[in-house]
Amino acid sequence: MAITINSQTYDLPDDPRTTLLDFLRHDLGLPGTKKGCDHGQCGACTVLVDGMRINSCLSLAAMHDGDHVTTIEGLGTPDAPSALQRAFVEHDGYQCGYCTPGQICSATAMLQEIANGWPSDASESLDGPVEASGAEIRERMSGNLCRCGAYANIVAAIEDVAAQEDAA
Amino acid sequence: MKPFDFQRADGLEHAAQLCADQDSKPIAGGTNLIDLMKLQVETPETLVDIHRLPLGRIDETDEGGLRIGALATNTATAVHERVRSDYPLLARAILAGASQQLRNKATTGGNLCQRTRCYYFMNIDQPCNKREPGSGCGALEGIARLHAVLGTSDQCIATYPGDMAVAMTALGATVEIADAKGKSRSVPVRDFHCLPGDTPWRDNVLEEGEIITAVILPPPVAGKQLYRKVRERSSYAFAMVSVAAVVALEDGRFSRADLAFGALAHKPWHDPRLSALLLGKEPSAKLFDEAAEVLLDSAESHGENAYKIPLARRTLAAVLAEATGMEL
Repeated sequence: MAITINSQTYDLPDDPRTTLLDFLRHDLGLPGTKKGCDHGQCGACTVLVDGMRINSCLSLAAMHDGDHVTTIEGLGTPDAPSALQRAFVEHDGYQCGYCTPGQICSATAMLQEIANGWPSDASESLDGPVEASGAEIRERMSGNLCRCGAYANIVAAIEDVAAQEDAA
Repeated sequence: MKPFDFQRADGLEHAAQLCADQDSKPIAGGTNLIDLMKLQVETPETLVDIHRLPLGRIDETDEGGLRIGALATNTATAVHERVRSDYPLLARAILAGASQQLRNKATTGGNLCQRTRCYYFMNIDQPCNKREPGSGCGALEGIARLHAVLGTSDQCIATYPGDMAVAMTALGATVEIADAKGKSRSVPVRDFHCLPGDTPWRDNVLEEGEIITAVILPPPVAGKQLYRKVRERSSYAFAMVSVAAVVALEDGRFSRADLAFGALAHKPWHDPRLSALLLGKEPSAKLFDEAAEVLLDSAESHGENAYKIPLARRTLAAVLAEATGMEL
């Protein structure tokens, strides 16, 4: 019974009640992932499990045997930030910063979903192609709340990275 | 969360046996159940992990429809090529619900079984006949903004909150269910959820030890498919009213009008009188009004949810107009 987090392998917790979020923060000392509402409403706890974004507060660690989890700590470091981490700094995509790890994990997966051509509620057609427009980004990021209201800069940061990836 | 015994099911029959006890609950995506366990609305003694069972496939049926495995995630279903091309109503309904993070975990079976978001049900300090039989209904004389106007009882006015099942109701899908003895039965989605009556604790027809294995979509039909969800903000909110429609015209008259409604009742609402009224008639504002009259002839509001009756009327008319290319 083991779980891989940011390329390191750990034993699963003994208490089956432990959520993936509490396992990361409390048991493993990885406090980058944040506990906001603890009920799947705010998105601050968003992590990637095998590349898919989920709310780690609504998932039991015991149900992640064999999974590969990526947290904000695994996306980049202060010296070598990911493109989204750098863009959030450049665009001032936060005020207090509490929702930021969840926003960045969420946006990382979201750009892949767009690259896959997956539609959203904001997409006119279900058949793609999908453009990373402001309306698409706002719809696709609606599971991540920012109490400071830094939304305009968050969208700008994501649009910037989407445009870079498009050009690449 | 109250302590519980955690069991991993190693097969379908094993899962059904473990779930045969009334204090056991299966868990798959967990997005609703874990939330309710934190609130102590759900306090299972045994949690049966079924998420690794091989029930996640989406396959074509011999009849040309689709069999969506109970463990297929909402995301997998919504982005599936055949769902997008032949059942756009289902893709649209799923994409209109929850957030991407939740849809990535939520499963087909779990979504059908999700519980009401009635504030009184979710709060163990409040009376609720669904959570605690005989304790009363707080919503009847209380905050009832999200609550039902059709098919209610004096015990419960909760709504079924989902979107996916509303689309499946309009599409005439079937739920496939297995029990602990390895037997299987099929129930139309239209009959899967219950009305509250005097057993409001009963959300659906599943018996203890029964597990949903799949939802079967019939072969696709010609016509227009629309899902219109009206909510208080444009994303990540439950419906105030939703309408799912599969509509076709022949020689300017309705040749198909399969309609289902969300957020109006304890189950996705389907009224066979609507297609009986519409079929063979030319679309008109007057006809849409007559349809709304039929749909809502038994509607009853409870204070704060009175808005739902005119909203359902207008949303139905708007959807029928859009589906038939009419301007209202």
